[in-house]
Amino acid sequence: MTFRLMINGKARTVDVDPDMPLLWVLRDTLDIKGPKFGCGAGLCGACTVHLDGQPVRSCQTPVSAVGKARVTTIEALDQTAVGRAVQQAWLDLDVMQCGYCQAGQMMSATALLTANPAPTDEDIDGAMAGNICRCATYNRIRAAIHQVAAAHRKG
Amino acid sequence: MMDGSEMPQSSAPDRPRGLDRRLFLKVGLGAGGALMLAAGLGQAEGTGEVALSAYIRIRPDGSVTLQSKNPEIGQGIKTSLPMIIAEELDVDWARVSIEQAATDATRFGSQFAGGSLSTALNYDQMRKVGAAGRALLIAAAAVRWSVPVAECRTEPGVVIHSPSGRRLDYGTLVADAAKLPPPDLATVALKDPKAFRIIGKPHGGIDSARIVKGQPIFGIDTVVPGMVYAVFEKCPVFGGKVVSANLDEVRALKGVRGALIVRGGPALEGLLDGVAILADSWWTAHRARQTLKVVWDEGASATVSSEGLAATADALSRQPGTKVLRKDGDVDTALTGAARVLEAAYSYPFIAHAPLEPQNCTALMQDGKLVIHAPTQTPQAGRTLVAKTLGLPETDVIVHVTRCGGGFGRRLNNDYMVEAAAIARQSGLPVKLVWSREDDMRHDFYRPGAFHFLKGGIDAQGHLVAWRNHFVSFGQGDKFAPSAGMSGSETPARLVPHCLIEASLIPAGLPTGALRAPSSNGLSFVFQSFLDELAHAAGQDPLAFQLALMGEPRMIGTDFDTGRAIAVLKTVAKMADWGHPPVARPGQRTGKGLAFYFSHRGYFAEVVQASVAEGGEITVDKVWVAGDVGSQIVNPSMARNQVQGAVLDGLAQALGQEITFRNGRAEQSNFDGFPLLRMPQSCPVEVEFVLSDHPPTGLGEPALPPAPPALCNALFAATGHRVRRLPIDTAALKA
Repeated sequence: MTFRLMINGKARTVDVDPDMPLLWVLRDTLDIKGPKFGCGAGLCGACTVHLDGQPVRSCQTPVSAVGKARVTTIEALDQTAVGRAVQQAWLDLDVMQCGYCQAGQMMSATALLTANPAPTDEDIDGAMAGNICRCATYNRIRAAIHQVAAAHRKG
Repeated sequence: MMDGSEMPQSSAPDRPRGLDRRLFLKVGLGAGGALMLAAGLGQAEGTGEVALSAYIRIRPDGSVTLQSKNPEIGQGIKTSLPMIIAEELDVDWARVSIEQAATDATRFGSQFAGGSLSTALNYDQMRKVGAAGRALLIAAAAVRWSVPVAECRTEPGVVIHSPSGRRLDYGTLVADAAKLPPPDLATVALKDPKAFRIIGKPHGGIDSARIVKGQPIFGIDTVVPGMVYAVFEKCPVFGGKVVSANLDEVRALKGVRGALIVRGGPALEGLLDGVAILADSWWTAHRARQTLKVVWDEGASATVSSEGLAATADALSRQPGTKVLRKDGDVDTALTGAARVLEAAYSYPFIAHAPLEPQNCTALMQDGKLVIHAPTQTPQAGRTLVAKTLGLPETDVIVHVTRCGGGFGRRLNNDYMVEAAAIARQSGLPVKLVWSREDDMRHDFYRPGAFHFLKGGIDAQGHLVAWRNHFVSFGQGDKFAPSAGMSGSETPARLVPHCLIEASLIPAGLPTGALRAPSSNGLSFVFQSFLDELAHAAGQDPLAFQLALMGEPRMIGTDFDTGRAIAVLKTVAKMADWGHPPVARPGQRTGKGLAFYFSHRGYFAEVVQASVAEGGEITVDKVWVAGDVGSQIVNPSMARNQVQGAVLDGLAQALGQEITFRNGRAEQSNFDGFPLLRMPQSCPVEVEFVLSDHPPTGLGEPALPPAPPALCNALFAATGHRVRRLPIDTAALKA
């Protein structure tokens, strides 16, 4: 079946099975490798992308369910000020170990900070609980989110 | 977006891009482990880049490309080994770019990520590689100026003639430098560590700027022309064989490009029987598994169950061990004469590695060679396994190492590599094999569980005088299964005058292997928990008891320095305000626990503060860590990150991880049944490094082992309940 998708600001047409998860349309059909495969069951968050700004697990989102929603992946994170601030905070605090989960972490963090520019630790726990970091860089992920929030407060 | 240059190209030769191997100055490890230099000059086509050695290339504009020899699995080695070279070469880090070195023992010696050994084995070598490059550049400048070498010095990227103040950039000297005879690496002058500009300063991960943009740098991102996607269905019982499969039905599915039976051997570490499905997307191949029906010969392991193994262990505990690992003094007499004797049975489960990037490998035949792109911790061993299994000469197998989305010891085994290679050869197609998470968790080389039956004796003065351990583990005959053994010198052995450690082995036929801090990650829980029990039985503070056990600062054998142990224990005690009761969480029971462990040449002492709610739910409030890994922390930023991660990893193991077996199958298959730590369970981890006058050693592993027992000791302090089995049963912690 043919689907017309809006991905990272560009219209893309794909001819795939309607059940095919968005993750695999992105990775294998469109060669957009930023969203990562980790569990295939919506348990780890490595595949997190935004649909109209909301974080979703692309491994659990059939392509047929995307509809007209704007899809944003890590490749286009720098298209918003919050996204750029998140990228910079991740670099400033040297968050990464293996780095495999971090695209998903940054997508979730950006969605959180866009909706809530001054999250508490509890807000961070709630918004980030779906993203596993096997290297357990949680101390730095939390600090990076707070750094973005602090910069926002300063204006 | 995709940039072709980011991908490992299938056409990339097994040598630095654009360099003529004939004209190469080699700096590598000789057979005896000594560094060697081979003369030669390399000049890159087009870029004007000149090779000073296998590790160093410099362009006329002074920009530098360094090779990083070992696989990057998240431990930061791709950044830190080149930092060491750059320091001694004396270049501006901002002008350095780094390439993952080709898999080539001739040029780079032994290449692997394991055992926390990369820093220990390479620190001096990388310094000499850099220093040799710097010496060549100085020599070239001295010739140019007709001045003595001794009058020249460097600043980053520049040779300076001190008396006249003349300066020459490295880029203008490199062509001359490469023609000069290489210096003797045994005597090449190294910097005074006090003058370090790069080593010891925090540096961000070299690939991080690409990671925040989602660029394709992991193994799973590999694309080669004409590639098909593969899944590989193996018998759910370890080592089972394919009898038959409905291949034609699978082949008829839309998008499926092939289905084939791959025949393997009996070794669990090698190629096993299975069915490969090839398709035009991974999801299509994966979904075809729903149609696939395989008749398996499940083999001898089909009856293995965790309950059965535990019952066997219990029965073995009533008999003497079959293998003596250590015997000092007379433990039975000492126990009889002890003022206080404690007896306890401890156990810990099998657990999985679960690196977040599932196992994957891309393989293709090209110009008569098998070309492999793989996230692997042991590319050289992988090449050997592939060559042997497929009957190819090793020279016909080329392994390109990609960044690994986690390792933790899982990718020391190259089973997925040999599978991809076999599928590519059998199908004749370029193949990207990707395992599902379920494949990964059901076909791991698990951290083996074990059972320990302990007795400890304390004399009237409160000293630990007797230690008896019957270690029931896994193996065949008297040979331990991989990573299922223990040495007879694990602390507190060698510190207790009467010590007997014996072992009994259960043959289980389960695949086991090294998980971050292998053997130590389980032993630490048992030994450091039991020591805490003994401290309490002796009426002593656990810190005082540990310090008394260490005694005077001295060497025990050739490897263990009690002085270093004492220093980290005292440091962590100060950091954690040990001796002062913690402020309890409202309505909860809160306690602090201490543990120490020596593993992988590192000394780590940790204090955990944990709170327990009425229903037994655990909150880890904070962890303090003091570690000694020698005189120099190469990259403090990554070092702290690594320690924090290792500690939280250890806590996650204790809090909930267990792989159980039934009918020869692993029962857990994804993160619902095998929980990894998540943000709400994480806690602040405060890290302090105790610098000591010893060579720098590795950090990937030694911070992990103290974490589980420190947590369990904290839970005892909070609740009075002693955890003797992992994972922790919170029901037992109810108020």
